[in-house]
Formats: sequence, structure tokens, C-alpha cells
Amino acid sequence: MKTFGKLFTFLVYLFLYAPLLVMIIFSFNEAASTSVFTGFSLHWYGELLNKRQIGEALQNTLILASLSSITATLIGTLAALGIYHMKKKAVVKAYMTVTNIPMMNPDIITGVSLMLLFVFVGKTLGMQDSLGFGTLLIAHITFNIPYVILNVLPKLRQTDPHLLEAALDLGCTPVKAFIKVVLPAISSGIVSGLIMAFTLSLDDFVISYYTTGSDFQTLPTLIYSITKKPVKPYIYALFSIIFFVILLMLVLMNVMQAKSDRKNARKNS
Amino acid sequence: MKKYISLLIIAALSVSGSAVFTSCGKDDEFADIEYVAEYSKDLEGTTIDVFNWGEYISDGSEDSLDVNRAFEELTGIKVNYTTFESNEDMYVKLKSGSVSYDIIIPSDYMIDRLISENMVQEIDLSKIDNYKYITDEYKGLAYDPDDKYSVAYTGGMVGLIYNTKMVSEAPTSWNVMWDEQYKDNILMFNNSRDAFAIAQFILGQDINTTNTADWDAAAALLKEQKPLIQKYVMDEVFNKMEGSNAAIAPYYAGDFLTMQENNPDLAFVYPQEGTNLFVDAMCIPSSAQNYEAALMYINFMLEPEIALANAEYICYSSPHSAVLENEEYSLKDNEYLYPSDEVKANTQVFTDIDTETRSYYEALWESLKLS
Repeated sequence: MKTFGKLFTFLVYLFLYAPLLVMIIFSFNEAASTSVFTGFSLHWYGELLNKRQIGEALQNTLILASLSSITATLIGTLAALGIYHMKKKAVVKAYMTVTNIPMMNPDIITGVSLMLLFVFVGKTLGMQDSLGFGTLLIAHITFNIPYVILNVLPKLRQTDPHLLEAALDLGCTPVKAFIKVVLPAISSGIVSGLIMAFTLSLDDFVISYYTTGSDFQTLPTLIYSITKKPVKPYIYALFSIIFFVILLMLVLMNVMQAKSDRKNARKNS
Repeated sequence: MKKYISLLIIAALSVSGSAVFTSCGKDDEFADIEYVAEYSKDLEGTTIDVFNWGEYISDGSEDSLDVNRAFEELTGIKVNYTTFESNEDMYVKLKSGSVSYDIIIPSDYMIDRLISENMVQEIDLSKIDNYKYITDEYKGLAYDPDDKYSVAYTGGMVGLIYNTKMVSEAPTSWNVMWDEQYKDNILMFNNSRDAFAIAQFILGQDINTTNTADWDAAAALLKEQKPLIQKYVMDEVFNKMEGSNAAIAPYYAGDFLTMQENNPDLAFVYPQEGTNLFVDAMCIPSSAQNYEAALMYINFMLEPEIALANAEYICYSSPHSAVLENEEYSLKDNEYLYPSDEVKANTQVFTDIDTETRSYYEALWESLKLS
């Protein structure tokens, strides 16, 4: 039974990581083929730097993800505070349902309906180019907000409501009390909302596909358009780099976490 | 704690990611390009929106020339370059009326459709000095008989790719795709129009026919073939043929050259029944906002050096006479890209088919795939 369990675990991990491994291996392939490995080479990593369009698309994607996640975090946090302070249970329920709908909605519906809206507004205002960076940004902020709310709200519910009252009693202004007491308590929720929004925006394809214009292309839509020619391994090189950066990030995060855990344990003992 | 660190790393990544790519430009890179036509800097500071297929322009990778940068350098016009994955995809974007482009590069039948729907405008050829380089075989084609709306960019023909180790004798006819001995070793286009065209060539039909009986006959032939097919494919054909996982596949000559580099056992033939010539051509949409810059861009793309860089990079047939005669062109007189006149005479281009016929053959195709 135990060996079966081990085997099963191994298989699960194999299925998770084998595709990545194959991709990384072929990113070092000398030839442009994905079926024959002719020799080890860093050629495609160098080639990646010559790909101005890929570079621009990556830059666009990062700019879009940063701007949309930060804006969505601001709006989402404020929305969460609003929902938290609502008195009536039924109203809160209603708001949460409305918040959840865009998340459950398939991306394609969100994308197409946003495009229709943008086109309609653009036409009404007599604009030639209604789609572009602006609409893309609005779309990304829109689908990011619910995730931020869902990350911040539980943190708010976990905080002791008396803390805020105590701060006010002790002479804090409401703004100061919010910054000094509430914000630190919910900051981890805000940050995880921000990170989630960032990653969602980073790899969104469907919504971007429908809402982008003629002057702004993100990495996922660019890669999708490579159909005339087979995808060259420089894309694998790019993915491998992204994979390793994320891996590094996770390792670093866990090391730091372990350190701070130890510190906390000492404090408590 | 954990989250703050990841936040920091994300920020660092965003900054460095964009810095690495933008820092590698060489200033004098384009100094030694010789241009035939004159280019003014009158439009400096304006932008031009170009919409092309993905990976379909010489872009500076693998020692090629970065064509768009060279244009920016020469004219001072900023190029907004975005890409699409299919003609239909491009059509939907353009049709939505919410995005305007100055240059689009669709294929033959789509150009026909855009012309009939007034979505592209006439190109003032008097301002395109380099138009003289376009060879006659790319002029007056069925989708734009008077050459008013399009200037050819690349072309190519469909042929049969086969693995010499897996076939008993070299095929010469599309009929080999119906040969029982290659059962489960045949690949077929996973695209209605291209797949039907093969059957239509065997039957000797016009590939743009609107006669439903013709489409029925072609569908019947494809149905007959279905049990022998290993898989209906598009891009996958590269891996399948390069890895010798299939013996016969129809595909484009230029792509065959790519495959052959990775699998020397592959060979190519233009079947005797004739074949399809596709052309991707530059057009200016009616909604273009920078018409003059678009003319300049087309003229620029037809510069001998620029056209050569594109021909080398894209590896399809070039419609440009100076490229064809250039001794430095690595594919000069390539027998697959530039076959004999006899082969070339036996080709047909796709034009747009009316909606009714289109839905008729699409339904036939669906039922074929489902059967």
C-alpha cells in the first residue's frame, strides 16, 4: 500500500512537471525542432534578446499587470471596507453575490461583453479607435477587483472590531486609526490580493484578446498569433526563464517565512 | 513577510524585464542599407498601425534585419506592430469598427471579401515607385483583378510532402492520399477550404465553385479518404513529419523547407492535377488614419533589400523581381519555392465564396469530421 502511495505521488508530480521539463530541455536545443534534439546550445536564449516584438509585448504585459493590479487593489480594498461596515446582512449577501458573478462568469463572456460596451461607447462618442491600452486596462481592473475583495474581506472579519474603537477612544483621528490599526491588520490580505491580481492579469488571454487595440499587444496574444510558422524555441527559452524566476521567488519566500516563523516562535516562548 | 518579499521580487522583475529588452539596440545598424526610392521625413512623429500575421516579418532575430526599426529610422514614423493568427480573426477585429489599422496583410480570399464589403481602399500606385518590382504572376489575380486594392507580400503553393523512407514510390498525384497502403500514415488539412481544394483538384473542379453538386462530389471523395487518415492537422504537421510519424501530408512549399532541415528523408512534389496558390498581400483599410504613411510603408516593404530580408526570414515565395535575381538570396531558384512555369500555370487562387455556399460546404465539412 505504501509503495502504491509513493508511486501515485510520483505519477502526479510527473504529470505536473514533465511538460515543463520537456520545454526546458528543448529551449536548449540547437535546432529549431521540437521532435529532434540535435545538441546543447544557448542560441535561443541569445535570440530572445533580438526579438524586439517579444520584448515589447513582455514589457506591455508587465506594465498592464502592475497598473491594473495596483488600481484594482485600491478599489477592491475600499470596496471590502464598505461591504464590511454594512449593517444589513441581506445587503452584504447581495453585494457578495454581485461581486462573485464576474468571477464565475466565463472569461469569454466578460471579454466579448466588455468589447461590445467599449465599442458602443466609442461609437457614441464618435471615436475611430475606441479599443486600445485604456480599454485593456479598464478590462483588467474590472476582472481583478473581485479577487482583491475576496482576499481583503476575510482579513477584516478576523480583526477585533474593538481595536478600532480603542484607538479612537485613545485619541486617534479616524484616518490615523485606520492607518495605524486597521491597515496593518489587513495588510497581508491586501498583498495577497495584489499578487493574485497581478498574476491573473499577467496570463490573461481571452479578455485581452477582445479588448485590445491596434497599438498594444500583450505576450499571450502575441504568442497565440504565431500560426504561420512553427513556434521557435526562443519562446521556450522565455518560458523557462519565467519558470525559474517564479521558482526562485517561491524558494526565497519559503526561506524568509521559515526564518520569521523561528523568530516568532522564540518571541512567544 | 512572505508576501512582501514576493511583491518586491515582482517589482524588480517588472523593471528588469523591460530594461533587458530595450537596452540592446545598435545605433548604426541601418546605416548601410541602400534605398531605391526617395523617402521624406514629412510624416515624422506620426504613427502607423500595422496588422500582420505572427512571425511574418524580418524582425532582427537570427541576424536578420529589423524591418520595422529600419522604417522608423528612415522616416521617423513610429510603427505600432501587432499580429493576428488567422484571416477571420483579423476580419472580426477590423469589422468591429473600433480599431483602425493603416496596413493589413490578409490572404487572397479575405482580400476579395474586404473589397466587396468596401473595407479596404484603393492604393495610389503612382506613389509607390517600387511597385515595378512585383512580378507579373502576382498581378491581376482573381481576388483583385485590377490590382487596385492590394500589393503582394508573399506567396506560396501547396504540395505533397512525403517521407522517402516510408513510401514505395515517389508520388506524383493527389491520389496517393487515397492509397490503401498508406492507411494511418496520411495527414490531411484540418481546414475545410484547403481540404476540399485537394479533392476538387482531383475532380478537376474550380476551387471557387458555387455549384452545390460539385461540393457534394468533393465531400464524398473526402469521406472515402477519411478511414485512411491518421489525423487532420495544421501546425502539428511539422512535428509529425519531422519525427517521421506520418508518410504523406499536404502543406506549403516554404514550410517543407523548414521541415527538411530537421528531417532529410522528406521530399516534396507538386501533384500533376494542379494546386492552390496562396497570396498574402498588403492592403490599406478604409478606416486608415495615416494613408500617406501607409503608402510609404508599402513602398518601403518593396525596397529590394527589405524585400530580400523578408524573403529570407519568412521562407515563402517572393513576388519581388529584384529578390528573385539577387545572387545573395539563399533560396534563389529554389525548385520548390520557384517551380517551373508548367507547375505555376496549373494553379488556382482562392476567392471569396458567397455566404450560402460557404455555409453549405462548412456543413459538409462538419458532418465529415463527425462521421
